[in-house]
Amino acid sequence: METNEINPHKIIKRILSISFFLSILLVIAIFLGISIGSTGSGIDEIFKAVFSDIDVDPLLSAIIWKLRFPRVLLAALVGAALSLGGLVFQALLRNPLAEPYILGVSGGSAIGAIAGILIGFSQYPGVTITAFAGSSLVLVAVLAISSGHAILKQDTLLLAGVMVNSFCSAVIMFLISMTQDARLHSIMFWLMGDFTMTNFTQVSILTAILIPCFILIFLLSDSMNLLLLGKEMAVTMGVNIKVVTLILLITTSFMVSATVSHCGLVGFVGLVIPHLLRLIIGPDHRVLVPASILGGGAYMVFCDLLARALPIQGEMPVGVITAMIGAPLFIILLRHSRV
Amino acid sequence: MASAISIKNLSYSYGDSKILKGLSFNIKTGEFFVIIGPNGSGKTTLMKIAAGIIKEQKGRLNILGQKIGSYTKKNLAKKIAFVPQMIPTDSPFTVSEVVLMGRAPHSGFLGFSRQKDVEIAMQAISFAGVEHLAHRRINQLSGGESQRVFIAKAICQEPEILLLDEPTASLDLAHQIKTMDLMEKLREKKKMTVVMISHDINLAAMYGTCILLLKTGKIISLGSPEDVLTFETLEKAYGCKLLVDKSPVGLFTRITPVPQRYLEEDKQGGPLPRKF
Repeated sequence: METNEINPHKIIKRILSISFFLSILLVIAIFLGISIGSTGSGIDEIFKAVFSDIDVDPLLSAIIWKLRFPRVLLAALVGAALSLGGLVFQALLRNPLAEPYILGVSGGSAIGAIAGILIGFSQYPGVTITAFAGSSLVLVAVLAISSGHAILKQDTLLLAGVMVNSFCSAVIMFLISMTQDARLHSIMFWLMGDFTMTNFTQVSILTAILIPCFILIFLLSDSMNLLLLGKEMAVTMGVNIKVVTLILLITTSFMVSATVSHCGLVGFVGLVIPHLLRLIIGPDHRVLVPASILGGGAYMVFCDLLARALPIQGEMPVGVITAMIGAPLFIILLRHSRV
Repeated sequence: MASAISIKNLSYSYGDSKILKGLSFNIKTGEFFVIIGPNGSGKTTLMKIAAGIIKEQKGRLNILGQKIGSYTKKNLAKKIAFVPQMIPTDSPFTVSEVVLMGRAPHSGFLGFSRQKDVEIAMQAISFAGVEHLAHRRINQLSGGESQRVFIAKAICQEPEILLLDEPTASLDLAHQIKTMDLMEKLREKKKMTVVMISHDINLAAMYGTCILLLKTGKIISLGSPEDVLTFETLEKAYGCKLLVDKSPVGLFTRITPVPQRYLEEDKQGGPLPRKF
């Protein structure tokens, strides 16, 4: 018999060690992300460009700092927000198929973005703003449909989201079928997720929006654990489930809306990363929340890198890579886990 | 003696259907209080109101002398623990993790536990007799084992009142007795007030110190097992033929429902005693 099996500091150590490991992974991914691209420069030159300010080719410096760096940071933020969004919705709706777009955020922002593109707005800030407006409208609609007591019934919420998303899909298809010129290409790229048009202002604004959301969700991670034991049990353990559910729903949807309005509908990462991490590190949300932020960020930077580096000409949508790597990886882990 | 729970004119309805119709009664501290009654009598609704899961609509419900609405969720959870009918048997958490979660209403930032919380959790685990399961995950346990784990979690919450909704419903005989013995031990050693709902009237007779018989939201009878569990009262409440006698073990009241075919045989002078 093992004695003293519960160590009160074990959980804090676990949070710190797993976060530390994933942070290193994220830093490596970011470094690789800014090193590799169509202008083939050696790693040592990149090192020089990053860590010293002398003897650097100004063109290379511009490519790294003005093009690659904001793009890599955007990818990290998007990966973090979408993975965390998936994690929260899977816990809240107690549905393993839940993903960050499930409440209709994707449909709403897509309509907004397409409308923006058709009107002829520039990618930033025009389309970003219309996309965010679209997703916010849809979110308000979904919350209103399932308002009052029904908000605690996850099925009502889920179905409201699915219905609103289906309606939005129909509108999207209609808009696409009416579009014939070159704008069709921009629309398709937006729908598949696109990191190409990024600048530092965009990344800073998104960071300022996301960080408070991350903190708020982390503070509620303990309540999410209790919610996993069922709503009745959670209430009788002192969780104000109405307040917690509402805060989590609104924060997460807001976070996801803000994210997709900057980059389009990057798929799959929000579904698979929380599952992957749960298989590896267990069900405790106090560990899973920071792990999803860091791990999801690293994964997305890595996928974006492949999306840029793999094709001989141009690049492919990052959503293709997230699913192509994520799905098989997940299946392998699922088969090897004893759950 | 002071009342653990006192209820006055409590009514509750879902839409048009009235579930509870003006109940008034007290549960004294230290009682082993068993609520029985046919399906749809409002037992679970009553317990959910007392647990703070649903809000009372009319009337008053006091917990330890204070209106239930005046407690914050956290403070109520320090006084009352609840083991629902459906426990999450598919939970991926380990037994010790779940029991330690019982400290949630007492702990602060992110539910991080202090040395004291861990000690209380260990005690609860050994009190409930689940030490050997401490490292297993809930989803690897049998129904009876996970039932005891969630009782251990409730003990770890250190409540003054423990509410259980049909804790023995899906258990085999050995686990039923083990669970009931555990609750009796809680009442005797930890001075907890135990309130449980049960469909097993024989278990109610063996362990209950006070029994409440509900039917369609009204009190049919309330009192000691001997007073409540009589042939007339039970037949009226359940509407079926029963045989009420004394069990040879400990002289508890024993209730046996009688199958229809025996009633027919009995009319023709069958094998059963004539008086039901």
